[in-house]
Amino acid sequence: MFFTADYEAGSKRASGLFLFCFEGETQVMIELRNLGKTYSNSGKPVIALEDINLTVNDGEIFGIIGLSGAGKSTLVRCINLLEKPTSGQVLVDGKDLTKLSGKELLEMRRSIGMIFQSFNLLEQRTVLKNVCFPLEIAGVKKEPAQARALELLELVGLSDKKDAYPAQLSGGQKQRVAIARALATKPKYLLCDEATSALDPTTTRSILELLREINDTLGVTIVVITHEMRVIDSICDRVAVIDQSHIAEEGLVSEVFANPRSDIGKQLILRQDDAESAFRSFSGKKLRLVFDGVTSTKPLISEMVLACQAPVSVMFADMRDIDGIAYGYTIVELPDDQRQADKLVAWLNASPIKYYEEA
Amino acid sequence: MLSEMFYKLVSSGTLQYGIWETIFMTLFSTLAAYIIGLPVGILLCVTDKNGLHPVRWLNRVLGMIVNFFRSVPFIILMIAMLGVAKAIVGTAIGDKAVIVTLVIGAAPYVARMVESSVKEVEPGVIEAAQAMGTPNFKIVTKVLVPEAKPALIVGAVISMVTILGYSAMAGTIGGGGLGQIAINYGYQRYNNDIIWVCVILTVIIVQIIQEVGMLIVRKTDRRVG
Repeated sequence: MFFTADYEAGSKRASGLFLFCFEGETQVMIELRNLGKTYSNSGKPVIALEDINLTVNDGEIFGIIGLSGAGKSTLVRCINLLEKPTSGQVLVDGKDLTKLSGKELLEMRRSIGMIFQSFNLLEQRTVLKNVCFPLEIAGVKKEPAQARALELLELVGLSDKKDAYPAQLSGGQKQRVAIARALATKPKYLLCDEATSALDPTTTRSILELLREINDTLGVTIVVITHEMRVIDSICDRVAVIDQSHIAEEGLVSEVFANPRSDIGKQLILRQDDAESAFRSFSGKKLRLVFDGVTSTKPLISEMVLACQAPVSVMFADMRDIDGIAYGYTIVELPDDQRQADKLVAWLNASPIKYYEEA
Repeated sequence: MLSEMFYKLVSSGTLQYGIWETIFMTLFSTLAAYIIGLPVGILLCVTDKNGLHPVRWLNRVLGMIVNFFRSVPFIILMIAMLGVAKAIVGTAIGDKAVIVTLVIGAAPYVARMVESSVKEVEPGVIEAAQAMGTPNFKIVTKVLVPEAKPALIVGAVISMVTILGYSAMAGTIGGGGLGQIAINYGYQRYNNDIIWVCVILTVIIVQIIQEVGMLIVRKTDRRVG
């Protein structure tokens, strides 16, 4: 009797544990495993993506940044299989899309909205009919489809333009219509392929705010592809940096921004040009002091200088406010006097500041 | 100025009937040519290597058939196809036979016209439809054709004018219409005025087709605010 009860308790705990694991797995909503894409260009293979491993979590805004030609557009198209990967798996809600039949894939795509740099609206349809399009395809009747479309136009702030044609709208308005259209079938995911690259800075900001709002209020998981830092900076939770068909690095935006490890990450984030021209005029040993939010509230550089009685020159600094906490880094040059320099390094070693020697 | 023959043709109603025959042949042949050419043109576009559903062999075969008929000058094709006309409508002379040869001559032309119009649809728009889970057949009916509509109408106008020209050539083999009047009563009986009357009437018909077509395009194309 006693033994049985214990056994039951044990199995309950085991199943609880199993449930926990299961939850852990479903939280990962989009997962790319060893993804590769090779094109054949007149017989010669061209690698567009190689060995891509990424996970996009439930409810987050995930950014993918890279220079043009890095493979980021191919990557986002592999998520809804507009591009068929040549190797690896694309798991959405645990289902491997590369294994789905044609019909199942069409169904699946209705749960993944997508918006584009060039908006891609149907030019011969009104705004309302554009938003109705995916519902028509999904077999929704006209009346409920129009009601849903009006609801979405309300959300994106274009109710008054419902009878206009795309040619009569500005770029920002077109992208709003495209967002409304992408959300019509209530997708869990929204893929944004350079969605703001054709827009001016003010319009970009308003579109990004709209995406943030959609993420907050509807809980839509968003994947953003861009070559612009400010896009990642203003809305993304996590970021992956892609370079030459590979993921160069990946992490929380705050971490990657404060301390990019890959060359391409440094190039994109630290605006290498500015930084390098600043370095060239100095010759002493340079240290990069990284502020990760914990240490940035105190005037640390002043404290260091006062404690060591040694001067440092600040050569470059890039600090930003992310979610109310300061992140960033400062590059300082140590004095030529070796004793003073050693003192400063010793002080830094004892302090919570992370630092790296700059080349 | 005008010859006796002109008044005779008008009073007997031959000229009026010729106008009607030309219009009828043109409209009917255009319609029939589109019934064949529209699906073939769409198929050419869809099965292309960059199309929605590439099917290499089908694209090759269709392309070869279309090119074959397109490369034969119409006046020769017309004579060559009289046997086919006889097999289909039971006669090798008159407007029925001419319509068959016109359709055979015009359908490949229409197919290429449709193909190029449909290819003009922005690839991004097609991609967006695919991203929304649209099956290929619905991409054709709900995206390709409606989005290409203005170009398709312009193409139809050009095709119709070409078919009108073909129908006049058919006058040489007894096809009826203004072409036959120009040849029989004008050229063969040395009435230059009859030739010119036919020319002017043809120009007027072409002009009307052109204007009406462009009016439809202007009224229905939504790309201009």
